[in-house]
Amino acid sequence: MDHILTYAQAEPTGAVTYAAASGLLSSVWLLVAIPLVSAAILLLLGRRADRWGHWLGVAAIGVAFVLGVASFLQLRGLENKSVELSLWDFIAVGNLRVDFGLLFDPLAAVFVLLITGVGFLIHLYAVEYMAHDEGRRRFFAYFNLFVAAMLLLVLGNNYVMLYFGWEGVGLASYLLISFWYGRPSAATAGKKAFLMNRVGDAGLAIGIFIMFATLGTTQYDEVFTGVGGLAGGTVLVLGLLLLLGACGKSGQFPLQAWLPDAMEGPTPVSALIHAATMVTAGVYLIARSNPIFSANATLQLVVVSVGAVTLLMGCLIGAAKDDIKRVLAWSTVSQIGYMFLGVGLGGGAYALAIVHLLAHGFFKANMFLGAGSVMHGMNDQVDIRRFGGLSKYMKVTWITFMMGWLAIIGMFPFSGFFSKEPIIVAAFEREGWTAWLFGGAALLGAGLTAFYMTRLFVLTFHGPKRWTEDIEHPHESPKLMTIPLILLAIGSVGAGFLLATSVPDWLTATAGLGGQTEGHEAVLSHVVITVLSLLVTVLGAGLAWMLFRAGTATEPQPAGVLVTAARRNLYTDAFNEAVFEKPGIFLTRALVFLDNRGVDGLVNGLAAAVGGGSGRLRRLQTGFVRSYATSILTGALLVVAAFLAVQAGWLA
Amino acid sequence: MTELKLPSIDYAALSPILIMLGVALLGVLVEAFVPRRHRHLTQLSLALVAVLGALVMVVFNADERLVTIGGAIAVDGPTLFLQGAILVLAAMALLLIGERSVERGGAFVAQAAVTAESDDDRRQAEGSNGATEVYPLTTFAVGGMLIFVAANDLLTMFIALEVFSLPLYLLCALARRRRLLSQEAAMKYFLLGAYASAFFLFGVALVYGFTAGMPDRAAGVDFATVHAAVKDSPASPVLLFAGMALLAIGLLFKAAAAPFHVWTPDVYQGAPTPVTAFMAACTKVAAFGALLRVFHVAFADAAWDFTPILGVVAVLTMLVGAVLAVTQTDIKRLLAYSSIANAGYLLVGVLAPTGAGVAGTMFYLAAYGFSVLAAFAVVTLVRDADGEATHLSRWAGLGRRSPFYAGVFTFILLAFAGIPLTSGFMGKFAVFGPALESGQAWLVVAGVLTSMVLAFPYLRVVVMMWLSEPGDSTPTVTVPGGLTATALMIGVAATLVLGVLPAPLLDLATDAATFVR
Repeated sequence: MDHILTYAQAEPTGAVTYAAASGLLSSVWLLVAIPLVSAAILLLLGRRADRWGHWLGVAAIGVAFVLGVASFLQLRGLENKSVELSLWDFIAVGNLRVDFGLLFDPLAAVFVLLITGVGFLIHLYAVEYMAHDEGRRRFFAYFNLFVAAMLLLVLGNNYVMLYFGWEGVGLASYLLISFWYGRPSAATAGKKAFLMNRVGDAGLAIGIFIMFATLGTTQYDEVFTGVGGLAGGTVLVLGLLLLLGACGKSGQFPLQAWLPDAMEGPTPVSALIHAATMVTAGVYLIARSNPIFSANATLQLVVVSVGAVTLLMGCLIGAAKDDIKRVLAWSTVSQIGYMFLGVGLGGGAYALAIVHLLAHGFFKANMFLGAGSVMHGMNDQVDIRRFGGLSKYMKVTWITFMMGWLAIIGMFPFSGFFSKEPIIVAAFEREGWTAWLFGGAALLGAGLTAFYMTRLFVLTFHGPKRWTEDIEHPHESPKLMTIPLILLAIGSVGAGFLLATSVPDWLTATAGLGGQTEGHEAVLSHVVITVLSLLVTVLGAGLAWMLFRAGTATEPQPAGVLVTAARRNLYTDAFNEAVFEKPGIFLTRALVFLDNRGVDGLVNGLAAAVGGGSGRLRRLQTGFVRSYATSILTGALLVVAAFLAVQAGWLA
Repeated sequence: MTELKLPSIDYAALSPILIMLGVALLGVLVEAFVPRRHRHLTQLSLALVAVLGALVMVVFNADERLVTIGGAIAVDGPTLFLQGAILVLAAMALLLIGERSVERGGAFVAQAAVTAESDDDRRQAEGSNGATEVYPLTTFAVGGMLIFVAANDLLTMFIALEVFSLPLYLLCALARRRRLLSQEAAMKYFLLGAYASAFFLFGVALVYGFTAGMPDRAAGVDFATVHAAVKDSPASPVLLFAGMALLAIGLLFKAAAAPFHVWTPDVYQGAPTPVTAFMAACTKVAAFGALLRVFHVAFADAAWDFTPILGVVAVLTMLVGAVLAVTQTDIKRLLAYSSIANAGYLLVGVLAPTGAGVAGTMFYLAAYGFSVLAAFAVVTLVRDADGEATHLSRWAGLGRRSPFYAGVFTFILLAFAGIPLTSGFMGKFAVFGPALESGQAWLVVAGVLTSMVLAFPYLRVVVMMWLSEPGDSTPTVTVPGGLTATALMIGVAATLVLGVLPAPLLDLATDAATFVR
């Protein structure tokens, strides 16, 4: 830390400069270090830390949260709100210089608050939720590791640091999905998540390589300053690769299949990693790289399309699922689709997407923890067809879940309304027919969201009891679980309005974020869109209420084409199997064959040749001095002859 | 009567040599006058003090750059660096030689004159104390090596060659066990060594003839004269090239380069292991120090002519060493072939005609010396009731029995194989880099390919130690005494440190890479 760098380049336009960190901000590295040290302690001490380990985990995140708030407050008072802290030269090979440095700017700051704030509540909840699990200490170690990696991801000042965090959260996610590795389904889900993430990660890695090859740097400021000078094709490829990485981590089309399976992990994991924070890393990546994405219109169109396709897909599949966590997982996929739509629209919509991301972090964590609370009271039952009538038995869970439900369907005045509705409006502000296409998709998604979330809510908490025989009195969860629920519910109610009014202004200080849109007139007036979106929401919710008020069958029913398709994840798994898995297996077998026969044959042949040559040469080593002397004499004659030949010019 | 002019002598610059030779003479007196039971301690302390004293003088002389005693000795960067290396490595070798707790009485025979395999011999092998003559012999050898790397004319070099070779021949014959093998090794080494010396001497004569007849210079075999003669001697160049070839043969014999390497496996195997370690480390340094001086000082201007031929010798050496190492079944022979292959890599450094080549070679010599001493130190520890268990099959499963020493040996083997974070990697890098820069890519390609072949025998030992089940015949590793442990730890630590932080020694070598003429 003794060496702090600034890059005050005198670039004409579009130059990005960061200020050096000072005061409290020069200790932002502690944000990453504290959870990391805590994770290391928990893992290294082993069973000795079993009794108090979870509290250490909670405390580490609590301290990080306090530090995050303090840093945030200090950042508010600064002129240049992008503060850079260079810790040391991380990689210096040839022309490649990668700085181990952190960047604390408004975008990073709101992520830090989300990660540590929501993270702290979920840690608290997990103390009780995992109370009866033997691996609780290990769980908290991984949880801390995740938080550290996620903070590194959002705090790095270059793409390599981001990649570090990116892989770190991937690792933590893998460890936590397959936390109950004894269950085959959990182990498989962990592998699936890992493999699909590899696809995305490879894209991100190649993107970083391209950055270095064309710009010679991976520092954010230098990349953003230099990206204007690149050829259009290069920017397109670079952006698509970054997008591939983002899709992998955020469960977006076409790499969405791992996210619902990831619900095999403990529920707090689903809440923290696979709903509130890690899966939004893709949104962060695109928002952070906005100078790259804004530089190419085609790129933006691709991002918007990915967002629109995913959001509709998530809604459709979510409406057909019966597992409470999977419905929530598909709703996450769908909501992140909204965020992608937002960041793809560019300009001011970046900030809207971030607002939705933050609001979503609250209400989705709230609902996941609510679902965990329900499962806790119902012997780990997850099938919503076997719930019903729980509102009387789990008052707190019911009320808090209701807040989350109203928030996610975008009902006025809950937070979803303030965060989602502007994205729909922004979609309608595009040029020409695409405004109708994407605006329509966003509007349709809002209606579908209202339908399936209402279905989930009604089937769980209302209507007749359809419990399995072994349950008599579902119980409300203990205090340690309900308090985080209540706090998150408050967030679900109020966060949207607060965030929507403050965050866009706050984010303007971040390079390229939150500025004014260049202002196409929306194809529909703002009021009409607002009314329409509320209307489809009420319609969807009302329809679901009518259909499911009286409960539902406890067994799968025959259904039409669309529902069957949705139950099978719109055949995306089948597609992956046919297009990637089968040929992949075939290719592997072919390569193994080639390796055994061709490569190994060559290697073994060479080895045999060396061994044989060695055996034969060995016979020259007879042990007789006379033969040694002869060999020396022969060698001497040859050397003298060679020297003389050189002298005579025969060899020259 | 002509007046006799005495050359001026800089005693301070010569002091390391004088100390070693003086203490060696003192050692002979100790043998005569000190009671038998005190001799071991006295001799060992005396030898160590001499080595350390000489080392202090080398450090004290660090900035000297001069030619003294009538042009016979040059004290310059390479001299001082290599003398320092020889002295440090010799100190470690002395620790191994002085060890008496691993085997009762030490690794040396008590009475060299006792008939091998007789009853007397068996009795002495059981526990009488080893001969203490080994210390003066070692000290003489070290003194000779110090002269060898500093010699500034071919005659001095020849005398130094004999001064350090003769004690080595004797030392080889002094093993406590398997004495016939040991004596046979000494005999072979002596006969072939004498044979090679003859080549060297004949080369000196031819070169002397070549220097005759220059208009304003007398004939002579000092390097300045030879250097001037290479440029503008009227004599037939056949003399020069034949002489150069014969000189090279004499030196390549000591360096164990193919096809003059044939003695190496037999001698390394037969000699007492501490002596093998001493030869593998110090003789290597001395031989390459002389090669560097002869080819960079005397014959520098003939580089175009000798580089291709010595390059072929280097490639051949690497190939022979690597390929033959593959089928060895005895650990000492395996290390001998590894040492031959390493001679090939060192020649690559010698043939790079720049200061960087000299520096790289010197770094490699020091780094390799530490590792090879540590390797032989481990070999002295793996033993059963009949002495050292050197057959490779006996090492199977050693990792289960003594994970620590198996781990140490694995680390050293990885260093030999040139794995990064060990000195072996940095050493290869230091010699291959300058060779590549001076356009000798073919040598580097050969070096890398043979390194790959050579990795196989090393890894075979590693696999054998860790992945085989220990059998009934797997020996235990003796707990080393303090002396061996110190030498081993210094070697391992140096191997690690020079791999992780090579810069200080590399800088030292680079600063010292200029010869005086």
